[in-house]
Formats: sequence, structure tokens, C-alpha cells
Amino acid sequence: MATIRREVRLHVPADEAWAVLGDPATIHQWFPGIEASSLEETDEGLVRTITLGSGVPLAELIVTNDPILRRFQYRITGGVVRHHLGTIDVIDLHDDSCLVVYSTDAEPDVMALVIGGATGNALHELQRQLESDTGGAS
Amino acid sequence: MGRKILFVTTDQQRYDTLGCNGGTLSRTPVVDGLAARGIRYERAVPQSVVCMPSRSTMLTGQHQATHGVWMNGVPLPVDAPSVAAELHGAGYRTALIGKAHFEPFMDPFGRFNENRLAALGTETVEAPQFGGGRGPHRGFDHLEFATHGATGWLHYARWLGAEHPEAVGDYYAVLDADLEVNAEGFGDTGAPQVKHNPIPRDWYHTDWVADRTIAWLDGLDADDDWFCWMSFPDPHHPWDPPQSELHRVDWREVPLPAGYPESAAEREALLDAKPRHWRLWYDGKLVSNYEAPTHWVPATLTADQVREVNALNAIEVELIDEAIGRVLAAVAARGWSDDVDVVVTTDHGELQGDFGLLFKGPYHTDGLMRLPLIWAPAPSAGITPATVTAPVGLVDLAPTFAAIAGTGGRDWMQGTELPTSDDDAAARGVERQLTSWDSELFGVGVYLRTITRDDWVCTAYLPGAVHDGTEGELYSLADDPLQRVNRWDDPSVRAVRDDLLADLWDHQPVEHEPRLELEAPV
Repeated sequence: MATIRREVRLHVPADEAWAVLGDPATIHQWFPGIEASSLEETDEGLVRTITLGSGVPLAELIVTNDPILRRFQYRITGGVVRHHLGTIDVIDLHDDSCLVVYSTDAEPDVMALVIGGATGNALHELQRQLESDTGGAS
Repeated sequence: MGRKILFVTTDQQRYDTLGCNGGTLSRTPVVDGLAARGIRYERAVPQSVVCMPSRSTMLTGQHQATHGVWMNGVPLPVDAPSVAAELHGAGYRTALIGKAHFEPFMDPFGRFNENRLAALGTETVEAPQFGGGRGPHRGFDHLEFATHGATGWLHYARWLGAEHPEAVGDYYAVLDADLEVNAEGFGDTGAPQVKHNPIPRDWYHTDWVADRTIAWLDGLDADDDWFCWMSFPDPHHPWDPPQSELHRVDWREVPLPAGYPESAAEREALLDAKPRHWRLWYDGKLVSNYEAPTHWVPATLTADQVREVNALNAIEVELIDEAIGRVLAAVAARGWSDDVDVVVTTDHGELQGDFGLLFKGPYHTDGLMRLPLIWAPAPSAGITPATVTAPVGLVDLAPTFAAIAGTGGRDWMQGTELPTSDDDAAARGVERQLTSWDSELFGVGVYLRTITRDDWVCTAYLPGAVHDGTEGELYSLADDPLQRVNRWDDPSVRAVRDDLLADLWDHQPVEHEPRLELEAPV
């Protein structure tokens, strides 16, 4: 199994970042390459289905959505991914900014590079959207 | 009306695969003819020995550190400097047909421009350009992409899938089920990335690239100035040329290359005299980069497998030579021959059996570092044929194209116009080339800085996963053309080493800020 980590410091309060990152329904609005997403309650829990830019659908089981820790975790299930855990942590820096850490653990290893690369790009897009909303520094 | 430019690149081709460079396996009369009437460079060096950084250098005229594409998988920013944009701005029609690879191929999210553009089916798209403003994507007003095989997003794959879907599966599967570079071997010897490919030659990507180039040229007006980058995906692995062509070179009759020591003991002794990662990879104990099969152990490579790989590589080189000949005939038919400069080169070399290894990686020796480079200037320019021994680099291509077009260089170009003779090189102080390697794969970092100068090649290793920063390699290209004797610790050449290292560190290019991120494996 391989692990990849991407992070970005956002010049917005942690609660503001968490309001976006903790909402599983809106990922397609800030994650380039995800064209659509939908949610469904299943026997295993809440499942988010995303559609990639290539048209490929992926099911993701929501594992953790903890507003106190500000931690969001999910697993891609099926496809070529044998194992996956995506973890997003929003860490309050107590100066009206926060650190967002997006970790990807995956097997096959190559999928960590593929997904991890996309998460880095997504954090840049998130920064662009949130900081342009507030006029904050980039 | 000015000079037109046909820029021909191959992928992962060794210097010694051309007849004009002493190669004997392939018949390459077309490129040999260009060399005879043009300038043949005997020491052309890449600034990187992998595709994306090297191709980015060709386009930008910048070193890897400056354009920022430090490894395959790091996309070149869409608004990076581009010599094609310079020429387009000067009124040239501009095309890139074949393998671009400024952005990653592996793209399930559909994030990268080259893949998206191919999906759109348009000739180009408007995009931001260096220095502000907008224009055609990277300065090309016509783009048609291909790569190795027929899967993925690109134009060739779409064409083959639409017109001849039964042939898509004929190609070797470049990746395995885990999306790693495939270690599986077929052919007669089971060599990795080898397959007998039943695809008809007319449908193979080499001929498709030539066909599409001719089609684009046919659409131009007679008095158009044009810059056409015709980029063949071969002879990069997989080695799966059309089966109908296998009769050209019988691998059983292929001599072992000079760089391949047949005795395992000799191979291992040579590798042990080099920095640790050479032997670690050979033994299957270290994988530092994505570009070779993860699950293949080089120590298992047999002499017959080396023969078969070299034979299939030679066949692919012959097919490219014939494809170039067809395009030159089309150019002649338009009456353009007197005003067309033809430049033929590749992005980096291939180990192809050297030291018992295949593919590429952090190994700065001639197999990867000595490139074929031929410039046949437009006859109307009146430039005398020559052989140039001074070290030149792919970083020099963009300023050369700008000079041919008469646009002049730009301050963002870090190379210099290719010398037309050794006297020209001496007069202009063309004396060194720099190459670098940076790879980071799952915690394994490897970093090399290399200078080629005065018939020496000297590589310093920065601290990384298996290097502490004191290691290096120093080879005399004149006395040791196969780079067997590492003289890094030889006290008799300590002054040479010190001088080369000082020059190397004095000339390190400015680094791209911020550091670009690895966004995909390749």
C-alpha cells in the first residue's frame, strides 16, 4: 500500500473550510475532475457516487464525518482499487487561517499517485475559491 | 516567405541506432542522407533522461529546474514559455503531430489539457500564454496526439478504436493490472515489453504520425511559413512493431551490444564500481522511478533477450526512417525543399543492454545521454555540411528554431543556437551541457546533477534515499567510451573532477518557484 499527502494553508477560518470539506454532497464543486456526485444511504452506511471527467463512476463509502475533529474520511470501493482511504483534516491555526491536509492511502500503489495528484490540484482549487470569496491572501 | 521547419523527434532512441552514427542494425538511409548534407552532432545531450522534462526543455528552451517539470507526472504549466508560440506570433503555421507528453497520460479524472483537447476533437483551444494574453494551446494551431499503443484519450487511439477496433488489442499492454509498467514478456525470448504485434503496418502509430503530418502539410498554402513538430512514439518500449516487419532484422543474428557484458560477474563488478542504486536496481532491491517495470529484476535479463530487444528496436527505427522519407517526399512535391530546415533528434536514450540493464532511470551514461541529432539546414541558407563534436543540448533547439525563423532568441531561452561547426562552437564558447535527475517515488528520492564538458561526464549525487551526497561518477568519454571505469575517487584526475564540479555548480539554472507537484505517475 502506498501513501500520499497534500496540504495547503488557507487564509480563512477553519469553520469556513470545514463547511465545504465536511459536506460530502458538494465535492464536484471544488474537486477538478469530478463532474458530479450523489449520496445514498445503504446498509453499509452513507455512499457517495462520483463521476470522473473520464465518465467513470466511483462509489465511496463515507467512513468518518467528525465536525469536532474536523476530519472527513472515505473509501473508494470497487474498480481497480483494492484498498483506499482518503482523509481530509482541517487544522485550526488560530489566526483566522487553517491547514488542510488531504491524505491518500491506496493499493495498487499507482492509484495513490493518481488520486493523490488530483487531491493536490483540488486543494489549490479550494484555496482559489475560498480566498477569492474573502479577499484573503493566497 | 521565410524558412520552414520540420522538427522530427523520436522517443528513447540511442545515438548508435543510426547508420550515420555507426549503427549497423538498422538501415536509415533517409536520416543518413540528411546528415550527409547537413550537420551531425556527435555529443548531443538531453537535459533530462525522461520524457516529460526533456520534451518540456525542447518546447521552452529551458532547463528542467527552470521550466519546473522535474519528473514524468509533473505537468508543464499551460502558460509556460513556448518556441511554438514565438513562431506562431511571427506568422508561422504551427503543428505538433504525434507524442507531446507535456502533461500526464494517466488521467481518469480527465484533468489534463492534452487529454481533454483530444476528447474535444478540435485542432486546438485558446489558452493563456507566457507573458500574458491568450493564443492557441502552447502556440500550436494544430494538434494531433499519439503515444505508445492504442489505449487512452489521444487522437491515434480514438482513430484506431473507431476505424479498426479489432486491432486495438494487438498492441502490448504497457501497464499491468496494477497499472504498473508491465513486466510481462512475449516475443521469442520473453523479454519484458516485447510482443509480436499482428497489426497491419498501415495502422501502426509510426505510419499514422507520418500520414497525419502529410495531411496537415497538404492543407497549407504554398507561401505559408510553417513549423511542424512530427513526434514519433517509437522506438520507446513496448517493442511491438508490426509482425509483418520482423523479417527485417533476425534477432538470432544480432550481435550483443558493446555495452552489454555477457558475464554476470563482469556486469556485477562494473555496477559495484558505481553509486549504490545501480546495483540495487539490477538486483531488484530498489525501484526509484516509475519508468521501468516495477516487478522486473534486471539481473534476470538474458543475452537472447538483449538481442531480441535490439532487433525490434532496430525495426522500429527503420520504420521511422521510411516514414520520414514519405514526409520529405510530400514536402518536395509541394516545391518547398530548398526552404525547409529539418532537425531530427530524440528526447533521451535507452539502456538497451548496457551494464545488463534496459529502459531508463537515474543513470547518466551514454546509453541515455548521447543522442542522435541531425540538422539539415534549408539549402537556401547555404550552410556548409559539418560534424560537430562540441557538446550541444536539447535546450539549444528552441533558440535554433527562433534563429531559423528570424524571430531572434528570447531572454527566457537558456540554450544557444546550435553551432554549425566546431569552429563556430569554439568562437561562441559552446563547451558544456547540464543534465539533472530528480525522482521521488513513495519515499525514495534520487537526485543527480551532471556536466558534460571537455570529453568528460561528471555526475554529483545529492543526498537521497540511498546516497549521502558524497557519491559521484566521473568518466573520460575519450578513453572510456562505454563508461566502465568510474574515476570519481581516482586521485590522478582529482583536479579534473574539482574543476568540473565547480563549473557544474556555477552554472546551475534558476529554479521554478513554487516547486511544481507530481500529479500522476506518468
